[in-house]
Amino acid sequence: MGKAPLMVWHGDSTLPDVDLIVVPGGFSYGDYLRSGAMAANSPIMREVVARANAGTPTLGICNGFQVLTECGLLPGVLMRNASLKFVCRDVDLRVERTDTPFTHGYSQGQVIRIPVAHHDGNYFTDPDTLKSLEDNRQVAFRYCDADCALSEEANPNGSLANIAGVLNTAGNVLGMMPHPERLADPLLGGTDGAPMFTALAEALAA
Amino acid sequence: MSEAAARPNDLMGLSEDEYDTILEIMGREPNFTELSIFSVMWSEHCSYKSSKVWLKTLPTEGPQVIQGPGENAGVVDIGDGLAAIFKIESHNHPSFIEPYQGAATGVGGILRDVFTMGARPVANMNALRFGSPDHPKTRHLVGGVVAGIGGYGNCIGVPTVGGEVNFDPAYNGNILVNAMTVGIANTDKIFYSAAAGTGLPVVYVGSKTGRDGIHGATMASAEFDDDSAEKRPTVQVGDPFTEKLLLEACLELMATDAIVAIQDMGAAGLTSSSVEMASKGEVGITMVLDDVPMRETGMQPFELMLSESQERMLMVLKPGREDEARAIFEKWELDFAVIGQTNDSERLVLMWQGEVAADIPVPPLVAAAPEYERPWTATPPREVIGPDAVPAPLDPGAALLTMIESPDLCSRRWIWEQYDHMVMGDTVGRPGGDAALVRVHGTKKALAISTDCTPRYVEANPVEGGKQAVAESWRNVTATGATPLAVTNNLNFGNPERPEIMGQIVGAVQGMGAACLALDSPVVSGNVSLYNETNGQPILPTPVIGCVGLLDDLGKRAGMAFAAEGEAVFVVGETTGWLGCSIYQRDMAGGTRGAPPPVDLETERRNGDFVRGSIHAGQVTACHDVSDGGLAIALADMAIAGRMGAGIDHKPGIAVHAWLFGEDQARYVVTTADPDGFTAAAEAAGVPVTRIGTTGGAALTLPAAGPISVESLREAHERWLPEYMASR
Repeated sequence: MGKAPLMVWHGDSTLPDVDLIVVPGGFSYGDYLRSGAMAANSPIMREVVARANAGTPTLGICNGFQVLTECGLLPGVLMRNASLKFVCRDVDLRVERTDTPFTHGYSQGQVIRIPVAHHDGNYFTDPDTLKSLEDNRQVAFRYCDADCALSEEANPNGSLANIAGVLNTAGNVLGMMPHPERLADPLLGGTDGAPMFTALAEALAA
Repeated sequence: MSEAAARPNDLMGLSEDEYDTILEIMGREPNFTELSIFSVMWSEHCSYKSSKVWLKTLPTEGPQVIQGPGENAGVVDIGDGLAAIFKIESHNHPSFIEPYQGAATGVGGILRDVFTMGARPVANMNALRFGSPDHPKTRHLVGGVVAGIGGYGNCIGVPTVGGEVNFDPAYNGNILVNAMTVGIANTDKIFYSAAAGTGLPVVYVGSKTGRDGIHGATMASAEFDDDSAEKRPTVQVGDPFTEKLLLEACLELMATDAIVAIQDMGAAGLTSSSVEMASKGEVGITMVLDDVPMRETGMQPFELMLSESQERMLMVLKPGREDEARAIFEKWELDFAVIGQTNDSERLVLMWQGEVAADIPVPPLVAAAPEYERPWTATPPREVIGPDAVPAPLDPGAALLTMIESPDLCSRRWIWEQYDHMVMGDTVGRPGGDAALVRVHGTKKALAISTDCTPRYVEANPVEGGKQAVAESWRNVTATGATPLAVTNNLNFGNPERPEIMGQIVGAVQGMGAACLALDSPVVSGNVSLYNETNGQPILPTPVIGCVGLLDDLGKRAGMAFAAEGEAVFVVGETTGWLGCSIYQRDMAGGTRGAPPPVDLETERRNGDFVRGSIHAGQVTACHDVSDGGLAIALADMAIAGRMGAGIDHKPGIAVHAWLFGEDQARYVVTTADPDGFTAAAEAAGVPVTRIGTTGGAALTLPAAGPISVESLREAHERWLPEYMASR
């Protein structure tokens, strides 16, 4: 996009004028209370919520996804992995939506391989919320096996309906546990994450 | 003798002679706080009193070495104005008592050692030893240690990229948790611990001080007994998020020129950090202990001085720079307190509630620290066992499947999937290969890192075993295409007051020294952990080596996975079928006996240099070192990693099982698309190479064995650890 990203301090209360907001992975505030819970209440998040609600594309990855659910931008919660253990490995994802600025570089039903690295990625909602997520096509990615099937073995954390990433109803906020940024370089073992960033750059330049 | 009558009943682990020396130094009876300080400074853990005389014999210099042993970590030049800073350290005793926090704070401590010197940590490694899988505590300890290592490293955001794990009944009562950190710094921004200059502010930063870990260093200097669980209060509790803040705050302050000296508070906390800084700077330090940030009320001077609360640093700043530094630490929400000043007295003076709580001359506290030439007896040599003296299996293929599923040879995936091994975005060679490869951010270079030791060899012959630990880690780094630069060592042994244990230490150090010299890999940092015994049962001697190498061009590297069908498979190095002390002999043929494989350092060097050169010349498509389990295991590893088989049709001139499972040193398995060119290059280099087969198909076919499907090898390899950890 020809512009350097700006880092914003958690204690700030104003956001510069930006085209895209990314809430990255990490262990915000150590995740000591509950993953993402304290970060969701940091001063800067009030402004992030306002901008996202006003339409600025907003992407939350891993801990960022947890923060976006904790601050109410996305439905559902991320519970402790079903294994109760941290899991770091490459997973296969089925692309469920291609009509968003994040995913239009992929094809419908395409299987992409990118890693997860989390302790709390077990997506859960009540049945009504799940139904509305499905009805509104808010699921962006699901864990699948290499043949595109949604098996239990392919699910690294016990997520409901193998959900790996969800959108808000407007489609401008995406949260996902897997890390597209970690496999966007052939030296690191894969490039399936790269189309997300080239697609975003194209969509935002348009 | 009125003096003797006045002696305290509890000398805090010091000997009567050591106490006499203290009386001489002080010219009076030390008070309780002073005696506490002597006790920790002169503990085995802090003073290396049993090992120092031997450690001095290790090679520590080379053109690549910027800083050898004696600072918080070793520093080597990696070109382009950058340095790799690294060290390995043990947290054995605390991890046995409280596995999660013991292991977690082990990681936290070694991270601090590295970023204290100005480096951003880029990789963590570890070397773990557990007791027999059948022992009732083993599963709990494995689960806790792995979760603790992951919990700390994952949260602070430094990838844990590899390591090694063994199981042996000798570790039933004393597990080993050795953690290593590698960081990268600018060569002109390296920070040391000498507090040179007087009238300078001494500053405490990081977490508050509590009562945790008091006398941890003393605990680490004594044997365990049945009551060791009662020592749980001496284990510290880690806070990786605070350490992340401390890391960022320190690096931010280090970008200025405000720091004169900096030292992390590790073992023996405020005592060793302040004494170290004063001693190296040849100055005195006066500290007002009332100003130390405290977590709880009612703390006494000796508790403040001995606490091993985590995530703390001591710094000496240039005068007048306090406000600038304070602003940085307050931004990161960390405590910052000026607690003292340097002066020219060369004394450590501690003030408490307006009175002098301790007053100790620093030079004798450091220089008169005891140093023992403990009596030792050399480990008696064992007889060499020929290949035919070890029974052959009925079916070598079945033996391979059994071995690859065994605790010491099975996949460690269950462990490394709990470590974030990819965070920071530079992990090119992930866990499971010979050495981890971590790209130097923003360049085409990478660091190759491996940790190794084969304790059963060291037990059988400490000199050869010491050589082998260095040779294997050097070989693992070489197998990626990287050039080994230097090593860090972690000497884990039993009670040095027993001559046969001291003999193991002496032999291992001699072997390591010879290997480091021959392989141009000096020791730049290290740690010694002694008294690893419970109720008189020592661990296997375990001198772990962590080797760091440099790969100049990531385009010229090798992995261990078979890469393409129809490629020639070669063994580099000579195979005599050495089964003495092999895994095959231990697990399949009645137990460990005889002499371990000898390490010919000249051959090791020649074969390794040839393999590295061939990788750089683009002749090698896959490369794997041959170690535990011999050729058969190496070939199986390569097949599993490449999801591709191979036909091994070589007719060895020795017993087939010895050829398959023997553990001769200085060997690699290599594949190439250019067998003639490879053979010619080997001949020119004077390196023996043998073509043993061709890659391809879905099965690994070994001499005297039917085809074994790669899928069944993979299943066997992956089976044991997850099933073991899930069972009750």
